[in-house]
Amino acid sequence: MDIIISNSSGIPIYEQIKEQIKDKIINNELVSGELLPSIRSLARDLRCSVITTKNAYEELEKEGYVKTIPAKGTYVNNINVELIREEQLKKVESLLEKVVNIATINKIKKKEIMDILNILFEEEK
Amino acid sequence: MNALEIKNLNKKYEGFELKNVSFTVEEGTVMGLIGENGAGKTTIIKAILNILTNYKGEILIFEADNKKNLNIYEDVGVVLDDMFFPEILYVKDINSIMKDIFTKWDSKLFFQYLEMFKLPLNKQIKTLSKGMRKKLEIITALAHHPKLLILDEPTTGIDPIARSEVIDLFRNFMQDEKCSILLSSHITTDLEHIADYITFIDKGEVVLADSCPLLMDNYGIVKCNEKEFQKIAKDDYLKYKKNKYDYEVLISNKKEFKKKYDIKIIDNITLEELMVLMIKGGK
Repeated sequence: MDIIISNSSGIPIYEQIKEQIKDKIINNELVSGELLPSIRSLARDLRCSVITTKNAYEELEKEGYVKTIPAKGTYVNNINVELIREEQLKKVESLLEKVVNIATINKIKKKEIMDILNILFEEEK
Repeated sequence: MNALEIKNLNKKYEGFELKNVSFTVEEGTVMGLIGENGAGKTTIIKAILNILTNYKGEILIFEADNKKNLNIYEDVGVVLDDMFFPEILYVKDINSIMKDIFTKWDSKLFFQYLEMFKLPLNKQIKTLSKGMRKKLEIITALAHHPKLLILDEPTTGIDPIARSEVIDLFRNFMQDEKCSILLSSHITTDLEHIADYITFIDKGEVVLADSCPLLMDNYGIVKCNEKEFQKIAKDDYLKYKKNKYDYEVLISNKKEFKKKYDIKIIDNITLEELMVLMIKGGK
């Protein structure tokens, strides 16, 4: 499993760990029931404090991605695909909200935005 | 459980005073002790080790009073700033001496570490370089399977490669959640990557105590001009420093600050910058 942490990105380290593990769960690189490294070994290998890795696991647990069983370890949860889709949709919505904001302020027409979107989707294909 | 608890430690020398120093090291955590030369770090460590006499306050190691229960030191590994072995000894002699001092002394582990750090067995300690002596001290501190390590400047004087090896040793030591470390250091970058908590001592007093990752995530340095600085409310910063061309302002909550003020440059902080601003900065 790759986890790559930047010390100069300005993003808190626990958040970087959290996001990268989350991505791996969503992409099925980490599967349901898989045992994650202990907070102590992860801290050693990422060269960070135990508080940081503990924090990352706690956040992942809060969001439902993992489950910690005391004295056993932290496991990948059986994740709800619907739930994740909803969360991703929320992300898209909040980004689009920014787009609409900028567009309104600068008098950019809806059609122009749609055209950009169409081009971008074409490129993705 | 607390590995170490210091309650209201007071000690007066001529021209120096420890004032009500209190802090705890929880089991399974690493506490970094930072401060200027002469701030009182070594005095605190000496009190913990019962080398310092006539102090006021209470020190508990594994929840036992350190003056009444001397057997608790069996579980404590120590590296002090100065070498405590006679220089005429040979490296291998350390094993013969220590195995009679600590009941849990592990000769096999000791020689294993010596080999790992390429320390010569048949050389007198006085012929070793400063870095090699430091490594020998650290190995000695680890070889009796302690549960608490007390380290006073353990990485000073050793090169970056050896330093990273030493820090890795400490990280491996911390894999056991019953183990804890109190570590004083000037090399603050070492602390940034291993400490869970930071206690900052200035002129014999604790001036700051916080979780290290929280500190690194939340504290910041605002860089701005005089006009912008005037707009910042006194409650929103800890210290500031006026330079020839700019102001450096130490803040403790980057997120809130960004919302409140329109100042572009807010840098992440290093423990070194934090120390300098806390001591040299004004308010």
